[in-house]
Amino acid sequence: MSVYINKDTKVLVQGITGSTALFHTKQMLEYGTKIVAGVTPGKGGTEVEGVPVFNTVEDAVKATGANVSVIYVPAPFAADAILEAVEAELDMAICITEHIPVLDMVKVKRYMEGKKTRLVGPNCPGVITPDECKIGIMPGYIHKKGHVGVVSRSGTLTYEATHQLSQEGIGQSTAVGIGGDPVNGTNFIDVLKEFNEDEDTYAVVMIGEIGGTAEEEAAAWVKENMTKPVVGFIGGQTAPEGKRMGHAGAIISGGKGTAADKIKAMNAAGIQVAETPSVIGETLIRVIKENGLYDRCKTH
Amino acid sequence: MNIHEYQGKQILKQYGVAVPEGYVAFSPEEAVKAAKELGTEVVVVKAQIHAGGRGKAGGVKLAKNLDEVRAYAKELLGKVLVTHQTGPEGKEIKRLYIEAGSSIEKEYYLGLVLDRETSRVTLMGSEEGGMDIEEVAANNPERLFYEEIDPVVGLTGFQARRMAYNMNIPTKLVNKAAKLMLGLYQAYIEKDAAIVEINPLVVTGDGQVVALDAKFNFDANALYRHQDIMEMRDYDEEDPKEIEASKYDLSYISLDGNIGCMVNGAGLAMATMDTINYYGGTPANFLDVGGGATAEKVTEAFKIILSDKNVKGIFVNIFGGIMKCDIIAEGVIQAAKEVSLSVPLVVRLEGTNVELGKKLLNESGLDIVAAGTMAEGAKKIVELVG
Repeated sequence: MSVYINKDTKVLVQGITGSTALFHTKQMLEYGTKIVAGVTPGKGGTEVEGVPVFNTVEDAVKATGANVSVIYVPAPFAADAILEAVEAELDMAICITEHIPVLDMVKVKRYMEGKKTRLVGPNCPGVITPDECKIGIMPGYIHKKGHVGVVSRSGTLTYEATHQLSQEGIGQSTAVGIGGDPVNGTNFIDVLKEFNEDEDTYAVVMIGEIGGTAEEEAAAWVKENMTKPVVGFIGGQTAPEGKRMGHAGAIISGGKGTAADKIKAMNAAGIQVAETPSVIGETLIRVIKENGLYDRCKTH
Repeated sequence: MNIHEYQGKQILKQYGVAVPEGYVAFSPEEAVKAAKELGTEVVVVKAQIHAGGRGKAGGVKLAKNLDEVRAYAKELLGKVLVTHQTGPEGKEIKRLYIEAGSSIEKEYYLGLVLDRETSRVTLMGSEEGGMDIEEVAANNPERLFYEEIDPVVGLTGFQARRMAYNMNIPTKLVNKAAKLMLGLYQAYIEKDAAIVEINPLVVTGDGQVVALDAKFNFDANALYRHQDIMEMRDYDEEDPKEIEASKYDLSYISLDGNIGCMVNGAGLAMATMDTINYYGGTPANFLDVGGGATAEKVTEAFKIILSDKNVKGIFVNIFGGIMKCDIIAEGVIQAAKEVSLSVPLVVRLEGTNVELGKKLLNESGLDIVAAGTMAEGAKKIVELVG
């Protein structure tokens, strides 16, 4: 099993004719992802990499039964693309686009209240269930099928952690990049809940960064509810206060959102936090050994 | 992006928020001319820098006649003002705002900010005006009030009145204060602000509710749709390297150390800084080249890193996803040739098109130290820089 996506997921690519989307559509197809449709207004009726293109999400869903969309639409139009996916009642919309104005996302988030669609992102690498379905921009080859769930605010740092796990023969059930923006669709707790309930996930890696209090909230949830071991890492331990570190969400301000606070909260919840990003894999292996899960997690 | 107080007040005026009359001045002569124009008994000479705490640091002066205006303007212009927000190096004062004096009865605080927990814009208000609001939040949280704003209807009249009552604005001025809050919210939304703070908001002797200060910070991701705000950008207030980087859509922040970093992805860039620190080095910068970088962009990134004279070595740490390793390699090679690189360079490549990237670097004939992992790369560059 896995969370959110699997081999039966039918994927729709919004903004499929853009150059980034084209490159990654090819990569996803090569990985084996079932891409059933693309959407670019005005390009309906054409084909890209053998995938039929439609003018609207609604048309694409009607014709192909797509249930998850991935959004590569440029930032000024991305919020609208998310709304279109929500309106079409997709199960999930995964928004890769970065630099979406935050007030656009405030409206999107309000619009989504009570709606069916789950949004992952924006400004995220996507979601991958190894050997079944890759949706987003992550390099496929660094992943391995297995039993560790990965959830992260950072794209490239997720690759780093996943790569370390795979090299040690520890596969992943699903890796979810929730994105680095201050207003996003899916948070740590949403994903941790899924991993907690997923029979095939035995342990979880959670990667956070400075800014906001999402990690502290997740740690409190883990303490009360999580039945599986969790290890973590927090990026930005040496970042100075008041400087926005690239991600719109990564900033320490007013003494809040520091790495020290987050690590403290995570430790208090029994989450072991890797000292450097290079030992995330090692830390997980130590913890699954302590919990007698190593043999079950190791891919033979 | 930040703007100056006087620019913030220009925006507030457009939204019907009462602000004192005033003029910007770049010289003592202009300051005197502005004071004459105002013709009030007292004028305030205010240093315009992108940092709070100006009053306490001596950047705000009350002048009772034109000679005083001239003297204060001379004193302040060119002076380096150090406030609790500027850091020890301070900021040079290059502009003044000459403003009509107000008869202050009482000071209050008003702010609008995005609350990440609720994903809503939140109005904050307090009777504790003129103070550091973070101190109020820490020491007297019961004196700070919040109104969470539904984006569908925006800030409502009753919410604004409730805030005014909570702040203990005199009853007969509650409607004026509420109207001001509604204008403030409109300005926040229509200009895509990230933070707006009025500290202090004042009630005057003649029964007005006036914004005596204005601090605006704008969402950088929304500037493309606000030409008027972009024109307010003051390049003197920013690090020249950061300005150069923003031209190429690179996310660059100057730091104090001597190891230049070039990384893709903000999370990995922060983690790279952490790792360099862990091995005893200090990063000279945060630099995220972003997802859609071209070889040209990478070359510019390299030049910006090297324009920092403290840089004694460079660590390139790339885990390609959307970013392809061969693009990074091309950019590194081009840059190293253009700038005739003289400091050690450690490169760690992984991810999309990694083999192609490594091949390009190997065949380039450049003196590049390859690293297999981030830890190995960080260790190597720390050793090489010594």
